[in-house]
Amino acid sequence: MEYFLSEQQKTLKSLARQIAEQRILPVRAELDEKEEFPWDLIKEMASSDLLRVFIPEEYDGLGGGCFDLCLVVEELSRACGGIAISYAANALGVLPLMLYGSDSQKAKYLPAVASGNRLAAFAVTEATAGSDASAIRTSAKRDGDQYVLNGTKQFITNGGEAEIYTVVVMTDAAKGSRGASALVVEKGTPGFTFGKKEKKMGIRSSATRELVFRDCRVPAENLISREGMGFIVAMRTLDRSRPGVGAQAVGIAQGALEAAVEYAQQRVQFGHPISAIQAVQHMLANMATELEAARALVYATARTIDAGAKSFTEESAMAKLFASDMAMRVTTDAVQILAGAGYMRDYPVEKMMRDAKITQIYEGTNQVIRSAIALEVLKRKAKLE
Amino acid sequence: MTSDGSGDIWVVTEQRDGRTKAPSIALIGKARKLAGERQSRLTAVCLSQVVEDAAQLAAYGADRVYLLDGPVPDDWNDDAYVKELVDLARREKPDVILATSGSLSSSVIPRMAVALDTGVSPNCISLDFDHQSRMLVQTRPAFGGSLMANVVFPNRRPQIATVRPHAFKKGDPDPSRQGEMIRVDFDRQAVSAKTKLLNVVKDLSGKVRLDEAEVVVCGGRGLGKAENFQMVAELAEVLGAALGTSRPPVDDGWVPYAHQVGQTGKIVSPRLYIACGVAGAPQHLAGMQTSEIIVAINEDPRAPIFEVATYGMVGDLFKIVPLLTKKLREARG
Amino acid sequence: MNVIVCIKQVPAKIKIEIDPKTSALASGGVDRAINPPDLYALEEGIRIKEKTKGKVTVLTVGPAKADESLKEAIGYGADDAVLLSDPAFEGSDTWATSLVLAKAIRKIGQFDLVLCGKQSIDGETGQVGPMLGEALGVPFVSLVNRIDELGQESIKMMRMSDEGHQLIEMTLPGVITVVKEINVPRIPSLRGLMAAKKAAITVWNARELGIDPATVGMAGSPTRVSRVFFPQRASQGEMLQGDPESQVEQLVERLRQTRAI
Repeated sequence: MEYFLSEQQKTLKSLARQIAEQRILPVRAELDEKEEFPWDLIKEMASSDLLRVFIPEEYDGLGGGCFDLCLVVEELSRACGGIAISYAANALGVLPLMLYGSDSQKAKYLPAVASGNRLAAFAVTEATAGSDASAIRTSAKRDGDQYVLNGTKQFITNGGEAEIYTVVVMTDAAKGSRGASALVVEKGTPGFTFGKKEKKMGIRSSATRELVFRDCRVPAENLISREGMGFIVAMRTLDRSRPGVGAQAVGIAQGALEAAVEYAQQRVQFGHPISAIQAVQHMLANMATELEAARALVYATARTIDAGAKSFTEESAMAKLFASDMAMRVTTDAVQILAGAGYMRDYPVEKMMRDAKITQIYEGTNQVIRSAIALEVLKRKAKLE
Repeated sequence: MTSDGSGDIWVVTEQRDGRTKAPSIALIGKARKLAGERQSRLTAVCLSQVVEDAAQLAAYGADRVYLLDGPVPDDWNDDAYVKELVDLARREKPDVILATSGSLSSSVIPRMAVALDTGVSPNCISLDFDHQSRMLVQTRPAFGGSLMANVVFPNRRPQIATVRPHAFKKGDPDPSRQGEMIRVDFDRQAVSAKTKLLNVVKDLSGKVRLDEAEVVVCGGRGLGKAENFQMVAELAEVLGAALGTSRPPVDDGWVPYAHQVGQTGKIVSPRLYIACGVAGAPQHLAGMQTSEIIVAINEDPRAPIFEVATYGMVGDLFKIVPLLTKKLREARG
Repeated sequence: MNVIVCIKQVPAKIKIEIDPKTSALASGGVDRAINPPDLYALEEGIRIKEKTKGKVTVLTVGPAKADESLKEAIGYGADDAVLLSDPAFEGSDTWATSLVLAKAIRKIGQFDLVLCGKQSIDGETGQVGPMLGEALGVPFVSLVNRIDELGQESIKMMRMSDEGHQLIEMTLPGVITVVKEINVPRIPSLRGLMAAKKAAITVWNARELGIDPATVGMAGSPTRVSRVFFPQRASQGEMLQGDPESQVEQLVERLRQTRAI
């Protein structure tokens, strides 16, 4: 479908594709196999300005919006969902600063992220808390002009590799989710260490670690917005980042569909390529249709956000939900079309299926996402404004 | 330079370690046929006087053999070769100059052409005389072999073409044929030393060079994994062939890039090309479809490689290849 | 150091059709791109410029729309670009093309090194680089895979020969062609590409280059394409039947008959 991209968006998309095809494709299987964080690729993306895309111009960025970010994430994901998430998680890490940070916080951190000198990460999840932010146990106690952090964050994407962490902690546990606050913690701060690197099913080139805080002292000026705003910061951040997960899902599915079509046209059984078999054709037709519907929803949501809509929690959740469920179906069907070959690790589609799974899980499981959507639908009585 | 009607055909031959390379000998054979068709004289030009097998060139068809006093080709000096060829051509005004493609056609031949105010038709796979126009019609592939072009020189002479190695079959030598051996000594107005050879690094692999080999055995993705290349390597060894591969095994790191045959690898045109488990993607076909005999072994009868194959064998290459190796080994004793 | 890089714009996807009337190649509507082998020359030129604080000028001979490729080259890091374009240049062979490039380089005047790719992916001749060297009357080295030393007066480099490699010293100014082993071309930056879209591309025609139209184009080219055709796939291929044992026997028999072994 023609989405009428601007000249700059077309250039951005083709640049991301160039990186994906020339740099990522040749190494994706190896990085997946070795579970290696793609630092070379991150540097390459930085030097081609991809890390500047979503940062405002006054902080050395290119002032792009959610849509520009989605275009890049989609193209990178078409080649490798793992590398794409390392890129997207960096954007997620600075979103709290972009939305709620003070001018001095922005001036301190955003240019370093724009240039690619420092990566960022966002940390909410804990062993006992994920979607339930009120259950956060990591505490930050005010002590003079410092906060003292104690606790452990779990499953943090870019954990250990990033240098700038936006962390949601409890400053007043008695207030429940209203007692949560967001803080910036820099790598290297005494008392801040990392757990072991997690072994994952998919997106294996990305790094996932625990963040461990033991009497970790952080300057009070690192507080984002005000005390008690942590939950709001986290929710608004996720509202903006979820279309990115949708874009990741769309990209992974695109890669899987291309592989399935190529294989179906080459694989000959009973004297014909299997693409001539109606059962296979219908699978491909469904895959392509669902993929395009998901892409349209993700793009429309991102453009709505960029156009300055006030509330988009529901749309953003829908984009993530629909695209990630679609990606799971499409990659599963791609494996089915490649059949025996699809199940083998010599072919890329089984990796796509493993990578797709996480899009149904992170930034809110699709079950929690459905609850959030239902809440909005009930609130507006399903009426269109 | 305009034609003076002498109609001489020259073949610039290449030597290594004092011996003429097989593709040059094959080209002499082809040029002999062309010369016979229009009763021209055929001259083999050697870039050095140290040519042990100069008499061979006559046996394969050269009426005259020029032995230039340039440095031996192992001591490369393009500047000297260009100067000597140009001086000689200005003096003798040949109608046609032919050479095999390779590093000569990446430097010496086109530079010589410009100095003689004429063009080059490079990497030809066939040469014919048009008797009406008396022009040499040169056929060369372009666009990765998906297209062929006939090239002619309407009014400039000499007509210069380079041909792919093995584009022509080696002829039968006639030992009774005698050629005139002419040593050419130049006034050594020392070629201005604008380029200087400092060192030579020879490939130590000792293996047959892919783009010069008369037989190439190629293993593709169908081999499944790097270790299985041993099987095709054994077949190559029995045949004295060079080992080639298609792009996927290179991309997957099974085989070094130097072995890749195709548009983005080496272009080969051997007398015999055996493709084992190669599907035959267009980019691969572009690199080998001008081979004289193509044998394709693949389990998929629809593999595009069969479209260019002289002999196709549908079946399990893990059975066929070892059998073939065994059979050939027995045949060699 | 003043570096000149010669590039060619080629079809981005090699999809060929022949105009049945004129025998000319019709590749209308197909996206066009910088000839991939030329990207190695461009990259090497930009690296030399960065190292020597010099300047890279990119040249191409082509139609008006070839300026897109020149802009892209600026996006990669070239400083300047000149499009050599004139209806008189149409149909130029490698000889005439190198003549036009040589005239342009003479017009530019001062240069130290000219870089060209090994060959184009459409014409596949690999002749323009060496012909340009000769037309300029400067030294030339082909198939360079590594530059070892770059001085004011000379360059030391490794070139690929038929037997291996040769280390060669060449005085400057000179012309070289490079192979893909020489570098890994960078990915351009978004800002660079966007800025380059607005870059002004100088265009020189035959008159500005002091070229007699009769000496270039179809009329002035020594070689002429008299016919273009699709290769005849010799589909007289024979499928050998039977079990592996008998297939192999048949093959060996046939190879013997044809004296292939």
